[in-house]
Amino acid sequence: MRRYSAFAIAREAARYHQGWERAWASPEPKRAYDVIIVGAGGHGLATAFYLGKNFGITNVAVIEKGWLGGGNTGRNTTIIRSNYLQDPSAAIYEKARSLYETMSQDLNYNVMFSPRGVLMLAQTEHEVRGYTRTAHANALQGVKTEFVGPERVKEIVPIINIDGPRYPVLGALWQARAGTARHDAVAWGYARACSDMGMDIIQKCEVTGVNTENGAVTGVETTRGTIGCKKLGVVVAGHSSVLAEMAGFRLPMESVALQALVSEPIKPCMDCVVMANTVHGYMSQSDKGEMVIGGGTDGYNNYTQRGSFHHIEETVRALVETFPMISRLKMLRQWGGIVDVTGDRSPIISKAPVEGMFFNCGWGTGGFKAIPGSGWGFAELMARGYSPLTAEFGLNRFREGRFIDESVAAGVAH
Amino acid sequence: MSTRLASGGRLIDRHTTRTFTFNGKRLSGHDGDTLASALLANGQTLMGRSFKYHRPRGVVASGAEEPNALMGIGEGGRFEPNQRATTTEIFDGLTAKTQNHWPSLDFDVGAVNAMVPRLLPAGFYYKTFMFPRPFWKHVFEPVIRKSAGLGAAPKDRDADRYEHFYAHVDLLVAGGGIAGLQAALRAGQAGLRVLLVEQTAHWGGRAPVDGVEIGGKPAEEWINDTLQALEGMENVCIRTRSMASGVYDHGYALVYERLTDHAPEMGGPRHRLWRVRAGQIITATGAIERPLSFAGNDIPGVMLASALRDYVVNWGISPGDRTVIVTNNDDAYRTALVLHEAGLAVPAIVDARPSATGDLPQAAREAGIRVLTGTGIAEVKGRKSVTGVVLCAQAGEGAATDEIACEAVAMSGGWSPVVHLWSHCGGKLIWDAERSHFRPDAARAPTGHDGKPFVITAGAASGAETAGDVLADAKTAAGAAADALGRSLPDLDAAGTNDPHEEPMAPVWIMPQGAGPAKRMKMWLDYQNDVKVSDVRLAAQEGYESVEHTKRYTTLGMATDQGKLSNINGLATLAGALNAEIPAVGTTTFRPPYTPISMGAIAGEARDATFQPLRRTPIHDYHEDQGAYMEPVGHWRRPYTYPKTGESHAESVHREVLATRNSLGLLDASTLGKILVKGPDAGKFLDMLYTNMMSTLKPGKCRYGLMCNENGFLMDDGVVARLDEDTFLVHTTSGGAEHTHAHMEDWLQCEWWDWKVHTVNITEQFAQIAVVGPNARKLLEKMGGDMDLSAEALPFMGWAEGRIGGFDARVFRISFSGELSYEIAIPASQGRAFWDAALEAGGTWDITPYGTEALHIMRAEKGFIMIGDETDGTVIPQDLGLNWAISKKKEDYMGKRAQARSHMTDPTRWKLVGLETTDGSTLPDGAYCIAAGTNANNQRNVQGRVTSTYHSPTLGRGIAMGLVLNGPDRMGDIVEFNKVDGGTVAAKIVDPVFFDKDGEKQNV
Ligand SMILES: Cc1cc2nc3c(=O)[nH]c(=O)nc-3n(C[C@H](O)[C@H](O)[C@H](O)COP(=O)(O)OP(=O)(O)OC[C@H]3O[C@@H](n4cnc5c(N)ncnc54)[C@H](O)[C@@H]3O)c2cc1C
Repeated sequence: MRRYSAFAIAREAARYHQGWERAWASPEPKRAYDVIIVGAGGHGLATAFYLGKNFGITNVAVIEKGWLGGGNTGRNTTIIRSNYLQDPSAAIYEKARSLYETMSQDLNYNVMFSPRGVLMLAQTEHEVRGYTRTAHANALQGVKTEFVGPERVKEIVPIINIDGPRYPVLGALWQARAGTARHDAVAWGYARACSDMGMDIIQKCEVTGVNTENGAVTGVETTRGTIGCKKLGVVVAGHSSVLAEMAGFRLPMESVALQALVSEPIKPCMDCVVMANTVHGYMSQSDKGEMVIGGGTDGYNNYTQRGSFHHIEETVRALVETFPMISRLKMLRQWGGIVDVTGDRSPIISKAPVEGMFFNCGWGTGGFKAIPGSGWGFAELMARGYSPLTAEFGLNRFREGRFIDESVAAGVAH
Repeated sequence: MSTRLASGGRLIDRHTTRTFTFNGKRLSGHDGDTLASALLANGQTLMGRSFKYHRPRGVVASGAEEPNALMGIGEGGRFEPNQRATTTEIFDGLTAKTQNHWPSLDFDVGAVNAMVPRLLPAGFYYKTFMFPRPFWKHVFEPVIRKSAGLGAAPKDRDADRYEHFYAHVDLLVAGGGIAGLQAALRAGQAGLRVLLVEQTAHWGGRAPVDGVEIGGKPAEEWINDTLQALEGMENVCIRTRSMASGVYDHGYALVYERLTDHAPEMGGPRHRLWRVRAGQIITATGAIERPLSFAGNDIPGVMLASALRDYVVNWGISPGDRTVIVTNNDDAYRTALVLHEAGLAVPAIVDARPSATGDLPQAAREAGIRVLTGTGIAEVKGRKSVTGVVLCAQAGEGAATDEIACEAVAMSGGWSPVVHLWSHCGGKLIWDAERSHFRPDAARAPTGHDGKPFVITAGAASGAETAGDVLADAKTAAGAAADALGRSLPDLDAAGTNDPHEEPMAPVWIMPQGAGPAKRMKMWLDYQNDVKVSDVRLAAQEGYESVEHTKRYTTLGMATDQGKLSNINGLATLAGALNAEIPAVGTTTFRPPYTPISMGAIAGEARDATFQPLRRTPIHDYHEDQGAYMEPVGHWRRPYTYPKTGESHAESVHREVLATRNSLGLLDASTLGKILVKGPDAGKFLDMLYTNMMSTLKPGKCRYGLMCNENGFLMDDGVVARLDEDTFLVHTTSGGAEHTHAHMEDWLQCEWWDWKVHTVNITEQFAQIAVVGPNARKLLEKMGGDMDLSAEALPFMGWAEGRIGGFDARVFRISFSGELSYEIAIPASQGRAFWDAALEAGGTWDITPYGTEALHIMRAEKGFIMIGDETDGTVIPQDLGLNWAISKKKEDYMGKRAQARSHMTDPTRWKLVGLETTDGSTLPDGAYCIAAGTNANNQRNVQGRVTSTYHSPTLGRGIAMGLVLNGPDRMGDIVEFNKVDGGTVAAKIVDPVFFDKDGEKQNV
């Protein structure tokens, strides 16, 4: 792989950039691989990357029905934070956050991780108490957070309205080392690195069936033929229940639309991410200058990748109240993704009831931030059969009632 | 230089003068001018700077598709960035400022970028800025952010108002060109309820500009006649300045009406968002012309041929004395003819096609205009404005054949139907090879709840080109809409038109065909985002082959115009680079809104005090008059405490608690949820909802109950009173009423639909006032009435109905404070009067209103749990020592099966205890009880946590409740709780009931 750098750009500029090579190859599928990962979203690609990097497993195919990164990885609002309440969540999200810090260098691809800080506003006494609790939990989990007062909030984001009148800001949970990254670049950077390790990323190839023999997986049926494998990792977010059904079991999961929107770009006016759970909305500013806005999920299940307008309305209302100046900005574009939501709003990272088959899904509304940590842990689980990072996220927790419920801490989990 | 022609301009009123400022300069125009036309009239062709390279830019279009001429308009609370000059109507006092440059529009330091564009190809930022690592956050990113962005951020609160409208119509027609008018007319005649909307301020769209004749008359006359007819129909509503911005599932559509943008002095709301439910939607949204890609096609003075024609015909503008036309189709010849007629020179029409033989080229030749076929533009000359064009053979690589001096270039790359609204809700497209555009595929329309199509396209939006075809198509569309709605149309013929014969366009995308890399670097596809032909080719070369990858890698089509001008050209370029057919490459997704709509309009009236509905208890005004500190609880606001002058909140809470414990307190408990559950199966229903048995409750009695969700977790608690055999009154927590009611209805409607139960949320029908303290009974007796409130007649957990002090009252003897306590429900209209009467009568005992904090403290002193404090969605009643409230006799209740799961019955679950610090201090809220060592992920082990913690005024020390591992078996143990600063606090595990353990105070 030819390295990217300012010098490389200068060199190529001299010949009108005719010399850049492909970021990733576009191979025909082989007959079989050691490992097949279904779904070239961030989580699938990160898993492949760490299978290679940490375990030397490179006879790997990542199979994608559309274009890589085209699922929720390419649709999300890119908030990265690890100030979760429950231990297992804090562990995997903090691992991910710390990997984000060096991702650009690790991948030689600038993913623009921007540790600009995330503020989670407390606008009721109840929220104040909730975030104080999270701050206590984080202190023991090795996650650096701090509960700050309203004046400090105003200092960090001068465009915010802290005076209400309906929901004055009473304080906020502040994670200074949280932030955002460029979502597409995360997928592209991993894809390039995986391709460089000799892995096959096969796009426009849909998995249509799972082949098993004596209760163990032997490969998959795809729109480009049968492909064999020893181990199968399924990382298809909203379509996980579809894949589970192919393998003959059901997952405790629902698929719903989550929407987001951006404003037209303006000059920098906000240097961190703000999440306001009481009024239900969150906002940050992209490097392009757009205000990136999101809220809650639709109240019904669907697969259409679009949602109802009333949610957009609710979210915008919440943010106009929180940031009155955006009233005179315009919504440029709204979109939706289908998120995979489990009963306790935490992911499933687990061996499946079929031998050799593994699932990594249920990241729902907040899995972008987890991509490197999830890839790290899932690769370990697939390679070794156990990972401390993923141990608590097994499927059997639903049977046992051992939930990892984060809704306790925040209504909006992004 | 552009200027105003001496005559002409069908949209302007030359008798009026409107003055406005542009970058501080005072300029004038006429009524009917857009900001863009007025600027052109004043010779101002430079109107902005591009996003990435800060290139000088002029206006390229005349409508909603404009990518370049974006300005900040207004001042203070009326300032708004990124407004298109082409869709901004001028008025006296308008102020406009160009954006994205420093220090000035003419001289922009940022434009150094433009000298090194070769160093900044598509995606360059993914390949660099990686070292040293901290530089991204501290150096590179801030610089990139500063040079990116467009307009300035508004600073002040919006000074305008916005509103929402609802419309339920049979048919929504989007677009007021001749197709939309025709369709609306037909539908109106058939008696359909029609809403016809047009985004601009005038009707008729392109037809009057293009010299169309309908029924032997100029289009303008037909348009006026049609409008008159529509205005006379009661079933038709027509609106200008109203854009259909999005189509959503089930015939839901949004219309964005700009009421006062053109006349701020009018007052009233600025924008109105129409939420439309339509049986059918006709999109008659026209078509948008495409630019051509040639070197220098972004220099100010290069415009779409149709836009240039608009400026001449609609606004009487001369774009310059000499305009070169460059085209791959016949339509652009109209522009040449219009210019010619206006007395302006057209030195040449450069046509990429080998021949041009249609009626229009013929007419141009007859007018003496030079037509150069098989020719392309090698390069446009000029920097901040066009000075000339260099011609070349279209088939070659760009060797110059001629050079022509000119001030403007009118380009036409063919037309693309506006398919956005069609596509928003899933309408599919097909590639029309003859016209080289994607058009709606009528066979794959968006479908509604019944699986039937609900969007139909009409006119140019369907791909129709001539006026005749457009009208015929609109007629068919109206017929189809009427059919779908079960109506029929009168069968009238569409009026005849005078359409000239046009020859097919040639699918020419770049000029010349064989342009090399140097030229491709100067061919703009996306003007605003500075995406060039070379960028798209680079994306393809690097493997970003999917159209979505190309778009994201290059940012093609992601600017504020969302690719209205660039998408198809970009696709064609990508297809060329991949050696693929355009339809195989596909399009990106069309998402609402069609053009950006203001956040203000989306939020509507909801802001400040009316941001959300405010629920007020009947006693709300009293609390405010007393200067209570209020806290939001759901949509209610409840008094947290009533501080007296000079008192801190802690002090007033302290006072309130002691006054209540020692004498008499008064609480507004009206927010408490009250749900009436009635019917022969009401008891059975409540037995399923609550963990305890409710069906055995006797009328006249109350019972405290716990409600769990399917997962077994405690979700609400409260007192249930049985009013009569069939009727229960369920009290829920203040925040839980709506949720609990919805939960009940969910089960009744979805699972137990055959049970005879009816539920009503009557929370707001009653004021609920708690009279609490040793003197509570004395107060009520003093107030008089017909009730016997003695301990014998109305014992603890009983209720009775009667009159107190002249008020109808239902009195519940329940207590959340551990004191003698009556909760009195009074019809809402009488609530305040009762409250006042109680206050007055209570003077004797120094009656003290208390707020939520005193309430919380008193319940904690008694060890009563609070939903949301002791519970957080992960706690089961068994954790809280509430096994007594779980019926062992019932076969089933919600959550029972879940509570039998292994983790739920695990003896190591954390259990409720009381906690007392060893030094009397108050434990920190939310603290965790730490245990030795760390777990596999290097996190500190924990063995419990604080759920509630207060300073108890009654006991004069800190008290807390918490969930602790094996807690109830460890009474007296000392455990450590963490502090956020890293320190710890020691606390003793004690019984959670801190005060009056035997309940002697409440049972009197
Ligand atoms: C609007 C929105 C905002 C969000 N905001 C945030 C945020 O701010 N922060 C955050 O952390 N998270 C956020 N999220 C969540 C986050 O995007 C996801 O959790 C995360 O991207 C999931 O990544 P993934 O790799 O699991 O799934 P995806 O990226 O969806 O990848 C799954 C892939 O599987 C492919 N696939 C499916 N079926 C098949 C098949 N049969 N064969 C082959 N391939 C198949 C799909 O095409 C897809 O590419 C947001 C999500 C949305 C929708």
